[in-house]
Amino acid sequence: MKLLVTFSRGKGRKPIIAQVVRDTGVLINVERAVIDSSEGEALIEVPDEQCRLVSDTMTSLGAHVRILEHGVNYNETECVDCGACISICPREVFTFDDEWKLRLDEERCILCGKCVDACPHRALSLPL
Amino acid sequence: MQKTIGQINERIRDGSARVVTAEEMPVLVAELGEAGALKEVDVVTTGTFGAMCSSGAFLNFGHAEPPIRMERIWLNNVEAYGGLAAVDTFIGATQQSDTREAEYGGAHVIEDLVAGKTVELRASSRGTDCYPRRTLTTEIALENLNQAIMCNPRNAYQRYNAATNSTDRVLNTYMGTLLPGTGNISYSGAGLLNPISNDPKFRLIGSGVPIFLCGAPGIVVGEGTQHSPAGGFGTLMVTGDMKQMSQDYLRAATMTGYGVTMYVGLGIPLPVLDIDVVRATAVRNEDITVDIMDYGVPSRNRPSLRKVTYAELQSGSVELNGEDVRTSSLSSFRRARQVANELKHWVECGKMTLALPTRAIDATRQNKPMHQSRTSPRVLEIMDQRVVSVGEDEEITTAAKKLLKGETNHLPVINGRKVLVGIVTTFDISKAVANPGKAHLVKDIMKTKVITTVPDEAVDIAIQKLEKHNISALPVVDKELHVIGILTAMNLGKLVGGRWLK
Repeated sequence: MKLLVTFSRGKGRKPIIAQVVRDTGVLINVERAVIDSSEGEALIEVPDEQCRLVSDTMTSLGAHVRILEHGVNYNETECVDCGACISICPREVFTFDDEWKLRLDEERCILCGKCVDACPHRALSLPL
Repeated sequence: MQKTIGQINERIRDGSARVVTAEEMPVLVAELGEAGALKEVDVVTTGTFGAMCSSGAFLNFGHAEPPIRMERIWLNNVEAYGGLAAVDTFIGATQQSDTREAEYGGAHVIEDLVAGKTVELRASSRGTDCYPRRTLTTEIALENLNQAIMCNPRNAYQRYNAATNSTDRVLNTYMGTLLPGTGNISYSGAGLLNPISNDPKFRLIGSGVPIFLCGAPGIVVGEGTQHSPAGGFGTLMVTGDMKQMSQDYLRAATMTGYGVTMYVGLGIPLPVLDIDVVRATAVRNEDITVDIMDYGVPSRNRPSLRKVTYAELQSGSVELNGEDVRTSSLSSFRRARQVANELKHWVECGKMTLALPTRAIDATRQNKPMHQSRTSPRVLEIMDQRVVSVGEDEEITTAAKKLLKGETNHLPVINGRKVLVGIVTTFDISKAVANPGKAHLVKDIMKTKVITTVPDEAVDIAIQKLEKHNISALPVVDKELHVIGILTAMNLGKLVGGRWLK
C-alpha cells in the first residue's frame, strides 16, 4: 500500500521515517521524496497488513498521512491511445493491449507526474 | 486482369464490392497470391491518426448589422487570420490563445466547434463607408456559420523520422518528451495503414480523390506543402466539411514545451485496379523504414543514429548503441485502424464511391531547404577574442588578479597543453576566499563541466545554451579544445545594437 506522508520541519527536525522504521520494525520503501527547509513530502510503500501501524505511528509523530488507493488519474475520454506516456514512465505503468488500447498497471505508479506533462491530450493528472 | 474504376464503383453501388483495410491486405495477398488478391479485393482502405500541425479551417460568419469588415479576429482569444474580407477568416491549428497560451489554441477552437460548443467571436475594424461597424463580440456555434471548411496544407505524411535525444537534459519537442542519454525513442505514423505508403507512386491519390477527413467525407486538393516523395516523405493538402466532422477523429493537443497541435484522422480508399496496386497495398510495417534522428543536435541537419522499421518501432523497444531503448508512439495506431475500418464501412454500404485523380501529384519531387539570403549571426562575429584564461595549477590569488585586471567574471581554465579543462567565476573565487580551507590551486575550485560553443555556431543556439543552463558566459573553443574566445551576455548587446535586427 502506498502512503503519502507530509510533514513540516519546524522545531527539532525529527527523523520521522527513520524513527518509524526503528519503532515498528516495518521496512519502508521510499518511492520518492521532496524535502526542503520548511516541509517535506514522501511517497512510501509498506506491506498492506502493516499499513495501519505505520500510518498511526507517523501521525503520532506529527506527520500527515494519506493512504493512496489509486495511481495517476486516467481520463479515458481524452485519451486517444497514442502511447506518448509509455516510454517516459520510469515504472512501466503503461502498455498497449492486443488491440492497441492503452492499459494502466496502477499498482506500479509512484505518482511522479512525468506522464502528466508528456500526455498531448491532458488525459493524465495527479490525484491531489 | 484489370478492373476499371467504373466496374469497382458499380460493385460499390450494388453492395457487392469486397473491401479490406490496408492492414488486412498483406495477409490476404500472402494467402491468395497477387493474382488471387486482385480478383478478390476491390478496395483497400487506409487510415492514419496523428498530430498534423499544418491544419486549420476557413470560416464564414455571415454579415452583422450594422456590417463590419473584420480586420482583427479572435475566437476564444485565439487570433484568426484577418486578411480575408469581410466576415471570412482562417483559424490555424497551432495559433495559441492570448490568455491561456499553450493550453488552448486554434485546434481547441476547432474541436470545440465540432463538439457543438459555442465560441466567443471578437473582431475589430477601422470602419468604412460600406462597413461602418468597428467592434463586434458575439457567441457563435458551428450551426451558426455559413461555411466551416477545414483546409489542411500539410497532412498525412507518408512516414516520419523517429526522434531520440543524446544530450544530458530532457528535451520537449513536437516529437514529445525526449529523455536524456537516448533514454527513449518517439515516433509517429500509422506504418502499413498510411495512405501514401500504400500508393507511393501516386497512381491513385491525387486532386479530386474522395477521402475520410475527421469523420467527414473530404477530398484531396493536391500535393501538400513540403511534399517530398523522392525521399519517401510525400504529403497531401486536403479539405472537408467541418460540419460533418466528429470529435472521435479530431482532437486538439498540447505538446509540452512546444505548443498546440491537432490530431487529425484521415483515410483514403484505394481502388484495386491492377497487379501494381495489389503489390503497393501489400506493404508491411517491416517494409517501411525511417531514421532515428538525434534531436539533441539543434540543426536542420540532425544526424541519423540508425535506420529502423515501423515493425521494430511498434515492438516497444529498439536497440540503440547496444542498449534496448523503449519507444513511444505519438500517433494512435488504434484510431488509425478505426479510420480504416469506418472508411471500409462507408465503401461497403455505398456511402462513398471512388474516383481517380483529375490531376496527378508529382511523385518525384524533392523538398528544398529555405533560401537564406542573409546568414544568421555566428558566434565568431560577436565573441570576445581578448579572452583571459588561467592555468589549472596556478594559485587562486593569481586567478583573482586576472579577473580584476581583465574586468571579467569568467576565467576559462587550461592545462599544460592549453586545452580547456574547467572554468572559474568570481563567485567561485569569492567562495574560496570566504571559506579558506585546503583549496589553494585553481583546479581545486574550478567547475570541470564546461558548457562551450564553437565559432561557427549560430548565436541563437548559443543563447539557448546560456538560458537552459542559467549561465552568463560560454568559452569558444576550436576542434582541439583550445580557447579562442568567450561569449558573454555583454557580447550579445551587439545584437540589439541594431546590426542584426534589420
